Amino acid sequence: MKENTKIYWKGIEQLKNDPEFVKNADKEFPEYLPISENENGNSRRDFLKLMGFGVAAVSLAACEAPIRKAIPYLNKPVDVDPSVANYYASTYINGSDYCSVVVKTREGRPIKIEGNKLSKFSGGGTTAQVEASVLSLYDKQRLQNPMKAGAAVTWDALDAEVKSKLGEIAAAGGQIKIVTHSIVSPSTKKAIAKFIAAYPSTQVITYDASSYSGALNANLSSFGIRALPSYNFNKSKTTVSFGADFLGTLLNPVAFSKQFAETRKLGPKKKEMSRLYSFESNLSLTGANADYRSPIRPSEVGLYIGNLYNLIAAKAGAPAISVAKVDDTVTLTKAANDLWASKGASIVVSGENDISVQTVVNAINNLLGNYGSTLSWDAPVMTKQGDDAMMDVFVTDLSQGLVSGVIFFNCNPVYDHPKGAVIGSSLSKAKFTLSTSDRVDETTSQVTYVAPDNHYLESWNDAEPAKGQYSLSQPAISNIFNTRQAQQSFLTWGNVSTSYFDFIKENWKETHFASQTEIGDFQTFWDQCLYNGVFEGDATSTMSAVEFSGDANAAATKIAGKYKKGTGLELVTYESIAIGAGEQANNPWLQEMPDPLSKVCWENYISMSQSTANELGIEMKEGFTTKVNVKAGIATVTLPVVVQPGQAAGTVGVALGYGRTKAGKVADGVGVNAFALLSSNSEGIVYSVAGVTIEPTGESYRIAQTQTHQTFMGRETVIQEATLAEYKADASAGRYKPMISSYSGPKKPNAVSLWKGHEYNNHHWGMVIDLNSCTGCAACSVACQVENNIPVVGKEEVVNRREMAWLRIDRYYSSQGNKEDKSMEGLSMLEKASENPEVTFQPMMCQQCNNAPCETVCPVAATTHSTEGLNQMTYNRCIGTRYCANNCPFKVRRFNWFKYHDNRQFPDNTSMNNELGKMVLNPDVVVRARGVMEKCSFCVQRIQTGKLNAKKQGRRPVDGEISTACATACPTEAIVFGDMKDSNSRISQLLRLSATEEGDTEVKEERAYNVLEEIGVKPNVWYFTKIRNKELTDNQA
Amino acid sequence: MQAVASVRKPLVTNGKTVHDVTEDICSRVEQKPTKTWMVAFTFALALLIVGGYAVYRTVWDGIGMWGLNKTVGWAWDITNFVWWVGIGHAGTLISAILLLFRQKWRMSINRAAEAMTIFAVICALMFPILHMGRPWLGMYWAIPLPNTFGSLWVNFNSPLLWDFFAISTYFSVSLVFWYIGLIPDFATIRDRATGPIAKAVYGALSFAWDGAAKTWSRYESVALILAGLATPLVLSVHTIVSFDFATSVIPGWHTTIFPPYFVAGAIFSGFAMVLTLLLVTRKVYKLEDYITIEHIELMNIVIIITGSIVGVAYITELFIAWYSGVEYEQYAFINRVSGPYWWAYASMMTCNVISPQLFWFKKIRTNLASTFVLSIVVNIGMWFERFVIIVTSIHRDYLPSSWAMFYPTRYDVGMYMFSFGFFFTAFLLFAKYFPVINIAEVKSIIISDSEKAKK
Repeated sequence: MKENTKIYWKGIEQLKNDPEFVKNADKEFPEYLPISENENGNSRRDFLKLMGFGVAAVSLAACEAPIRKAIPYLNKPVDVDPSVANYYASTYINGSDYCSVVVKTREGRPIKIEGNKLSKFSGGGTTAQVEASVLSLYDKQRLQNPMKAGAAVTWDALDAEVKSKLGEIAAAGGQIKIVTHSIVSPSTKKAIAKFIAAYPSTQVITYDASSYSGALNANLSSFGIRALPSYNFNKSKTTVSFGADFLGTLLNPVAFSKQFAETRKLGPKKKEMSRLYSFESNLSLTGANADYRSPIRPSEVGLYIGNLYNLIAAKAGAPAISVAKVDDTVTLTKAANDLWASKGASIVVSGENDISVQTVVNAINNLLGNYGSTLSWDAPVMTKQGDDAMMDVFVTDLSQGLVSGVIFFNCNPVYDHPKGAVIGSSLSKAKFTLSTSDRVDETTSQVTYVAPDNHYLESWNDAEPAKGQYSLSQPAISNIFNTRQAQQSFLTWGNVSTSYFDFIKENWKETHFASQTEIGDFQTFWDQCLYNGVFEGDATSTMSAVEFSGDANAAATKIAGKYKKGTGLELVTYESIAIGAGEQANNPWLQEMPDPLSKVCWENYISMSQSTANELGIEMKEGFTTKVNVKAGIATVTLPVVVQPGQAAGTVGVALGYGRTKAGKVADGVGVNAFALLSSNSEGIVYSVAGVTIEPTGESYRIAQTQTHQTFMGRETVIQEATLAEYKADASAGRYKPMISSYSGPKKPNAVSLWKGHEYNNHHWGMVIDLNSCTGCAACSVACQVENNIPVVGKEEVVNRREMAWLRIDRYYSSQGNKEDKSMEGLSMLEKASENPEVTFQPMMCQQCNNAPCETVCPVAATTHSTEGLNQMTYNRCIGTRYCANNCPFKVRRFNWFKYHDNRQFPDNTSMNNELGKMVLNPDVVVRARGVMEKCSFCVQRIQTGKLNAKKQGRRPVDGEISTACATACPTEAIVFGDMKDSNSRISQLLRLSATEEGDTEVKEERAYNVLEEIGVKPNVWYFTKIRNKELTDNQA
Repeated sequence: MQAVASVRKPLVTNGKTVHDVTEDICSRVEQKPTKTWMVAFTFALALLIVGGYAVYRTVWDGIGMWGLNKTVGWAWDITNFVWWVGIGHAGTLISAILLLFRQKWRMSINRAAEAMTIFAVICALMFPILHMGRPWLGMYWAIPLPNTFGSLWVNFNSPLLWDFFAISTYFSVSLVFWYIGLIPDFATIRDRATGPIAKAVYGALSFAWDGAAKTWSRYESVALILAGLATPLVLSVHTIVSFDFATSVIPGWHTTIFPPYFVAGAIFSGFAMVLTLLLVTRKVYKLEDYITIEHIELMNIVIIITGSIVGVAYITELFIAWYSGVEYEQYAFINRVSGPYWWAYASMMTCNVISPQLFWFKKIRTNLASTFVLSIVVNIGMWFERFVIIVTSIHRDYLPSSWAMFYPTRYDVGMYMFSFGFFFTAFLLFAKYFPVINIAEVKSIIISDSEKAKK
């Protein structure tokens, strides 16, 4: 064969093989083309060539992505592997809020907070504030150095001065006060004790922004214990709440939500659920989840509770107390009957900060025999210890110049105490003022010395949220700034040379290690505790024999004495679920988190009922509203109005926590400080104001609201609900089952399709959301924001309806309209929420449709279907036509209208606009460019990690190992994520999946439904019907 | 029985001779620009520049400059797109379909109508490109080009891709058709040209037209073939544009009546735009003898017919919404009529259905002023029609939680101005430098008067 290979000559030169040719044969271009630098200088052609090349090179260079340097470890830390996350158990303490957490770190930086499932106290869930706290770590507004009179100093210099000043004061016997929120940490208390030992004239003043002083004092007088009992809502069949938002903000909402949800979950084997009554002025999260809710005035709370006492007392045969009758006794009587019927398994709870009211509440619980079952003194809750009376005395002393030294330990009373203005103006009278705050806040800006504390993620600490339940905090990152833990400062100033870490360790060795017998070696014990994050000691119930010894009658007399009829408009403040008391106000994730009820973010507002708004001539539509001047007591503030269904007539509400002036760039000037409207006296802080007057300013205003339409328009494909009685009779009660007409008779919508469907051979991811146990707390939506690097767009862009949330919680109110009435009046009735509506929360994210309408319309196939049932978004391919978003029936797709990262126009998006903030970004999720569409991915990065881990170990992923951020955060386990192909997974069990004869799977659970089933998009997210434990729902009325 | 047709009125009045035709039309090209033209051109250019700022900000900062939001993903952008495409329908309809039907009256208006088509389609094409989040990529990623990105390919299921094919085809055919018609006229101008630049430019533009009988014969064959090709396009383009909506799942969009309804609407608005422009051109260029009242009346009749078709379509939509029994469909239409955008629906109904009915009166349809006003009214109505379809359907679709309003920003207005600026600039340049009436064709319909020619 080889002989036959022909050779074609390129030319005669090749045949001749002349040397010139051979030299150039393998060169692509002849020699004369390259730019020559001959002696005659560059020719014009060369100039053009060079210029052409230059322009091309410059433009090519301009196209190239900027080089980002990745610096490898010189010495790799043992436990840090690039791209592998580490998890550390720790404890979140903010103010006096507590949550046991697990911190996810990547390459040494904390990027996500999750609940610690081992914690008895917080139960494994999180709140929005806990989720967002990781960004507060990377807040550029934190102090970077200790300060003296506004200038940075060294720690040594500061310590020397502090010690000498304190020494002088102590030597002269001058009063030194440490003002603090409730201290949950036993070791901190000991460290302060060491400090006090060095300066004996020191006293600790404890207060809480949301005070529990009244309840604590009531318990002291009723039981002899100044603490709160542990609540077991999971054992309560009937719960009656008087303005206590235990699902949102009261005491320990994470655990309370979990407990409450346990009693609300239904299934084939559990057809009973608890009943919740709520008597309140503002529509709170608890009220929104109540089966029966009565709007009442704050001044009447005591009367209602007194009347409830009498109703119960009549049944129990106890003497009645003298209290005025209330108008509406129907619901109250019903509540009393239910309470009595579930004696020993009920809870009455009130949020009033009033000793008399709380005493009557204690008396009711006592009559009902709830102590020892639903309310327990076995492990009293220690997170709230504030004493309003002491604080009041402190303010008086300070203003009279009796206090020589003040140390503000991580608190900001100038802002968050009703007498803050007095404190602020009197601080100059003290010789020595110091704050340990992490920023120059309202209080800190008025003190001389600042010894900035670490963030909790940089700190060693311990906590005892409830008696006998301990937990540890460990640093997940070393100090970012030149800060020092406040406890360490106390030790230093108290002349103790040990580090706080050793101090805690020593403390634990002495107490907890000694109290247990299982582990013999302290280091092992310590490591174990640190690994678990929690240590639950032997639950020695020393206090269970506590007897009620309160005087309900005396309390009733006091209540009656205080009550004044006809107090005009009353203002009720409440703690915002997003911002709390304002400690984390500079956290943009929380600022942009819409209020679960009003869906307003980036400010506080005055909420009022439709009737009050009508009286004032105020109209609110599509976020357009009016600003009003609110005169409460001596203060006048200007706030926008939000018409809030469910607001009690004659009352208005306003959230605390806003109106910070020195919290940082994000928070400053957002909203109005409602603490300044409140009053405080020796009996405690009063969280409502009577005799409020409101004048419309006439200034129209557009409020940032993420949802402007109130009702679900009777659309049963969206919200399906029933009463408990109906559910018991028929598990599919309330289900809407559309049928599609076809030539072979009516068929289920999913049975008719143009599409062949997808085959899932490995996994098929799905999600179940139980509308019954979702309380609407929004922890999931913030968790999603953290996990998926979702930008904060700022108020202006929320006003423009462009928030980026991948997961939103739709909130619907019931209406008095009739959905059968298709006339225009009928429809406009449906649009109006009831005066006191029933509320439904529906977490809504990408439904991962099997027949996804978005996938078919994308011209460039940027959104496609995965082999595991996910509807995936390829950002790099997206050209941003927005056709997919328009065609999404659920409207869950979010478009990058602007470049949100590295853009000075979005300063509030701190997690993408400064080098420090960027450390919080999840490296597994890309930061999206301008002009591309994005949406929920079912946390595909977590799925991939989970699958990879299983693969490395040569096994299938185990159910529960892979979960989305929302499902993990959910305190009530209302969101369950899993593999529908795995018959043992929780999702398969919940949906009761079974194979049909055709080889498909069928959902047997009667409560499960797909939203918009009839349009045949076949979502992979299932909702369980909402069941209300009441006779007749509003929507049926 | 024998039917005897009455003698038709001449299409070109006032006994114009072949020479007059050449003079009347070429002189406009040869003269210096008039003051009116300069003023108009300055205005158009100003519009283009001001609008250009809106385009710049949109491309530089992002689509967020517009009033769109999470619920309403398309508003003025696609409204303008569909509106301009609609306007772009008249030219080809006049030149192709009327050519096939041997409607000779079209001859004096087809040139301008086709030019308008071309410019309108360019205006339309701006919006799909500029409405993209990343137009610098989307411009070519949406085209099925062989690429080095791996297995990336366009999605043939997407109506947006069909749009791309439909409009680019329509644009190329219209352009070629228009240009071929221009060649003999360019040759006329070339032959008359005195200056060297004009000679060179028109010489190049006329592709060395020699006016030989064979050339004429080829010219006519090509015109006929292109007319045949263009005819289905007139129907297909707007049909496919309507698929953008019809194939979606959104109530108010998902409607099978859309293709014929859109085509009728397109012809309706296209004729209205032709009238608006021609009435001005006719007046300014003193072309009353070429574009006669009869032309105007005939076009007004087309407007009544298509306007009525559109009206029937609107009513059918309402009927079907009720008849379907689909809750969402019903709500979508009740919301259109009585929701927050009721005024847009009312404007659409008034402008598109009620106002063209005035043309039943001969006095109105033969009156220049009323025709001019109504032609503008119709286009306002057609803009609202697209706005109503797009915005009122998506602003309140399935889940009430997402319901939102759309408020345009100044950049939305700016983008629209930009397209107008371009359109008028281009049209004015055309009117000045190109023969606005097809000289060659019009010559074939004048009644030659040898006596007059001899004078």
